[in-house]
Amino acid sequence: MTTAVRPTTTTASPPAPKRGLKLTPAALIWPAMLYLILTTQVPFFMTIYYSFFNYNLVIPDNRPFIGFGNYATLLTNPQNLQVVWNTVVLAGGTLILTLLIGGAMAMLLNRNFPGRGLLRTLMISSFLVMPIVTAVVWKNMLLNPVFGFFSWVVASLGGQPVDWLAQYPMASVIAMITWEWTPFAMLILLTGLQSLPDDQLEAARLDGASPLQEFQHIVMPHWTQAIQVVVLMETIALLQVYGEIYGSTSGGPGLATTNLPYFIYQKAFAEYNIGLASAAGVITVILTNILAVYLLRMINRNNRTNKGG
Amino acid sequence: MTTVPSTSAPVRRDKSRIKVRNTVLTVITYAVALAFLFPLVWMFLAAFKTEAEAFASPPVFAFTPILENFKNALPSYFPALKNSVIAAVGSTVLAFVLGLPAAFALAVYPTTRAQNTLTWMLSTKMMPAVGVIVPLFLLFRNLSLLDTLPGLILMYTTMNLPLVVWMMHSYMTEIPFAIYEAAKVDGASVAQEFFRIALPLSAPGMAATALLAVIFAWNEVFFAVNLTSSDAAPLSVFISSFKTSMGLFWAQMSAAAVLTVLPVLIFGWVAQRQLVRGLSFGAVK
Repeated sequence: MTTAVRPTTTTASPPAPKRGLKLTPAALIWPAMLYLILTTQVPFFMTIYYSFFNYNLVIPDNRPFIGFGNYATLLTNPQNLQVVWNTVVLAGGTLILTLLIGGAMAMLLNRNFPGRGLLRTLMISSFLVMPIVTAVVWKNMLLNPVFGFFSWVVASLGGQPVDWLAQYPMASVIAMITWEWTPFAMLILLTGLQSLPDDQLEAARLDGASPLQEFQHIVMPHWTQAIQVVVLMETIALLQVYGEIYGSTSGGPGLATTNLPYFIYQKAFAEYNIGLASAAGVITVILTNILAVYLLRMINRNNRTNKGG
Repeated sequence: MTTVPSTSAPVRRDKSRIKVRNTVLTVITYAVALAFLFPLVWMFLAAFKTEAEAFASPPVFAFTPILENFKNALPSYFPALKNSVIAAVGSTVLAFVLGLPAAFALAVYPTTRAQNTLTWMLSTKMMPAVGVIVPLFLLFRNLSLLDTLPGLILMYTTMNLPLVVWMMHSYMTEIPFAIYEAAKVDGASVAQEFFRIALPLSAPGMAATALLAVIFAWNEVFFAVNLTSSDAAPLSVFISSFKTSMGLFWAQMSAAAVLTVLPVLIFGWVAQRQLVRGLSFGAVK
């Protein structure tokens, strides 16, 4: 993260313009800052504020202050804990799968073979597809229990047709989102692999390293930063998954695939329970930030040790 | 590369064995790639089938392609396309207007505070949309911004602004500092440095950044679903109307989906190299 600015430029800060210029650095930065403050920080403080009220849009004039009542409601109802758990399972499961499959794909593509460039280009496609398109295409054309392609595959192998989204809702959603995010992991990991100098591998081979040792002692240490970036970026994005669920299961059956973003959408826009939705929003932000700060620290620490060594 | 245990590592491996191994790996690579692309290929094929062929079981692989579906999808596609284009381009332009000066200032006057500002801007990306949607919805309702394109553009700009600042900052720090210094000696003002040096020299970076910003705005779902309904509904909302199709109109749905993802696919393929930089905020190069 911090590698974007080279240490040389941070130390060699140029003398400030002496003449009375209208454009100061601050004047150039403030519009962007102000915009982000107004559209992210201010609404978030309003969300915190609303979260302390029993506020329903159906009865907008009566909104008593209830302190941490909404949080208590959220955290004591086992159904809501299920939603938090779903969020973690969905993000964690997808993250692990994309790392494994994306890593394997990156290694396969990090060789010379005919059509490599084209394949690499085509492989990123599923990441570029709009999440809602992914959802409706998977739901209707692939996962449909009667006419879906996967059911036909299972049936022609002699199995029973499966209603994927009803019988294995979470697994189906994870599969779908893994399909979307694997190219992201692959792309970052492949870039990480390509910056590995060939002579290091050659030297290891000359020293008699086995492929496994080669992977463990040379590829993995070099890969760490790319892996951390994938973990950080995907964690932030996957905790916010919404379109895929909105377009496929609508959080169901029951609560099986309801994650925090979808839960908040339901509370706010179907039940008009602004107070409860706000409290859930605050919890999501806290959860995301704890994870993000933890992961960022990890990346920064490793960057520093890398530079030192 | 592989975890296949090798018996005696330093011994030179037989050339033909390596060749066979390479061929096998290449075949595996193609097989995995094909499996990955299958859902998209299947969607593209369905767009050219008749409805009966599209949800026939067993699936139809050989068929006479037709263009009916595209013709049928177009009337409802065009208004949504117009909204998507305006929202994506509008938010990208606004994010550039706000973000370019900031990126320039942070790149040319790098201080500890500048570094903190950059980190803070990135941290706004960690703010889940659900953490702000409730007050924004109420605010938009009071300001009559619900279901309007300006409203959507405002939110997409929030989404794209940190990306623009970060990417453009990383492109602008690559401009040799001596060029700025030479300009300063010649008496160039800050504005001249910005318009005559920073912008022209980072033009390729601007193109890549713009492509990414357009892709992200184009594909956005959450704000689109919650802040628009009909008048300003972009393609993501239009496509979600197919989510309850229950096996009907698969061919037409596929045609609409193809029209929706094709521009982004082409943009993404073109901007592939810059994609890594934008997606990792320059952390992996």
